[in-house]
Amino acid sequence: MEGTDLVAKVLSTWLTLVLGLILLPSAFGLSLGISEVYMRILVKTLEWATLRIEKGAPKESVLKNSASVGIIQRDESPMEKGLSGLRGRDFELSDVFYFSKKGLEAIVEDEVTQRFSSEELVSWNLLTRTNINFHYVSPRLTMVWVLGVIVRYCILLPLRVTLAFIGISLLVIGTTLVGQLPDSSLKNWLSEVVHLTCCRICVRALSGTIHYHNKQYRPQKGGICVANHTSPIDVLILTTDGCYAMVGQVHGGLMGVIQRAMVKACPHVWFERSEMKDRHLVTKRLKEHVADKKKLPILIFPEGTCINNTSVMMFKKGSFEIGGTIHPVAIKYNPQFGDAFWNSSKYNMVSYLLRVMTSWAIVCDVWYMPPMTREEGEDAVQFANRVKSAIAVQGGLTELPWDGGLKRAKVKDTFKEEQQKNYSRMIVGNGALNLELD
Amino acid sequence: MGARGSHSAVPPDADSIRRETGFSQASLLRLYHRFQALDRDNKGYLSRMDLQQIGALAVNPLGDRIIESFFPDGNHQVDFAGFARVLAHFRPVDEEDPGMQDPKQPEPLNSRMNKLRFAFQLYDLDRDGKISRNEMLQVLRLMVGVQVTEEQLESIADRTVQEADIDGDGAVSFMEFTKSLEKMNIEQKMSIRILK
Repeated sequence: MEGTDLVAKVLSTWLTLVLGLILLPSAFGLSLGISEVYMRILVKTLEWATLRIEKGAPKESVLKNSASVGIIQRDESPMEKGLSGLRGRDFELSDVFYFSKKGLEAIVEDEVTQRFSSEELVSWNLLTRTNINFHYVSPRLTMVWVLGVIVRYCILLPLRVTLAFIGISLLVIGTTLVGQLPDSSLKNWLSEVVHLTCCRICVRALSGTIHYHNKQYRPQKGGICVANHTSPIDVLILTTDGCYAMVGQVHGGLMGVIQRAMVKACPHVWFERSEMKDRHLVTKRLKEHVADKKKLPILIFPEGTCINNTSVMMFKKGSFEIGGTIHPVAIKYNPQFGDAFWNSSKYNMVSYLLRVMTSWAIVCDVWYMPPMTREEGEDAVQFANRVKSAIAVQGGLTELPWDGGLKRAKVKDTFKEEQQKNYSRMIVGNGALNLELD
Repeated sequence: MGARGSHSAVPPDADSIRRETGFSQASLLRLYHRFQALDRDNKGYLSRMDLQQIGALAVNPLGDRIIESFFPDGNHQVDFAGFARVLAHFRPVDEEDPGMQDPKQPEPLNSRMNKLRFAFQLYDLDRDGKISRNEMLQVLRLMVGVQVTEEQLESIADRTVQEADIDGDGAVSFMEFTKSLEKMNIEQKMSIRILK
């Protein structure tokens, strides 16, 4: 009996601590400063680890300057320069060299594929999973690493799982309760409180440290919020600072339960799988939502898929055809503390969450940007590109014209035709002249 | 330790591949990681589909021919050794001292001759050792798509074969191919330097 008594006591103290130190402050949006202390200790430890590694490694090897510099030396000259010498030209047998070199370069390293794997770190952050290039350095470092493993798996992980569990249950229960009320401003206010509290609890479940910049540009009612997409956590990060109406497919299972509960309290836009295929239907429903100025701003991720947070890929034009004001938001994670990128082909949702919960922390910056609207004579594609550039510049990400859907599908033939056109112009432009002279 | 992808640290047969291709240990490792990244289903080999997924390769006018060069002898799979072997053709030449070449050793894969052989087989569709006028036409068609008429293309193909054909058999053999490109700086045009 003593054993069970002890366990019960430990459990109840544990729960009281969690309640007092984390849940209550979340409800009021306060912070007790525990996470700040944790982060400071973490940063100091990682700095020390970096110095140890620098001391241990020989000068020439290992510490690469920047993960975004390519691994091959590239010659970015355009096709004309790469193919010809100095003269205008006809087709030569040697033209094949240029194309084969470009092709092999793409095989060794291309801009797109590398965006679908996690960003490489400049220095090790004491997580096994990032330790592909840094080998055993010193016993002290290994000790710290072991300590890190213990802390992460035995202390942080149970805490985070508890919090996540509490957060999600509160969300479902809270929104269902609020949904019982008749439509009124009280209901809206309560729904906001429930959403915000549960999101804050969930963010603490990930040890998230988020810095919001330019809060004056926070998306307003009746607008559309667009952001770059790295993981499902993006939604959590944005909703901690404001309420949005979400757009998405109806899922089954736990996600479905959460979705159904949330929509009772506040009008989110969930589509059936069959409806998603009908683009006009989707646009119509979104237009209706935006037109109602009392409804919350819609949250959309125009890339359509998760990218690894080093670049921004093509924004699909659908979101930009709805009209209304676009509020761009740039989200940049700091990979040193934990990798937030969800590689959906490699990990399913559960393994992904487990990875995130056993990282040190999720640290990110969120920049709200001034609203943009479509200008005269600008079509949806150009507008989408404009917004994309703005977000890329703000977040310090590179900009790529490629479609994120390349993760799963092949590239369109139109791109190849452009290259063929370019080349043909070169060889036939002069070939025609030669024919005449013959 | 969470669900880590099954990335082995060192490629199988690393030593024999290194000897055959001449890549440094670090470069080989980089290429092996790249091989694993392209091999999305962790099959241990690459198929034509895996290579076609690379956007920048799929828009290359010679993309299909380049992909074919990884699958000699009618194979449908290429393992890491085959992958490295093709890439070895593009290894820059300046690192070696030609005076140290052991005449009994087989020619290194990135020699001038071997680079030319690689370029030749991009044209030689049926691998019979000759580029016929027809094959020239087909490859040209790949490079220009629908942008050029049949007559223009035929005249370009005729001219090219005539210029290179020395023995007058209407096709370009490997020797004739080499001769017509003898002044070209192949070593520089067909080299990819791996930085780290």
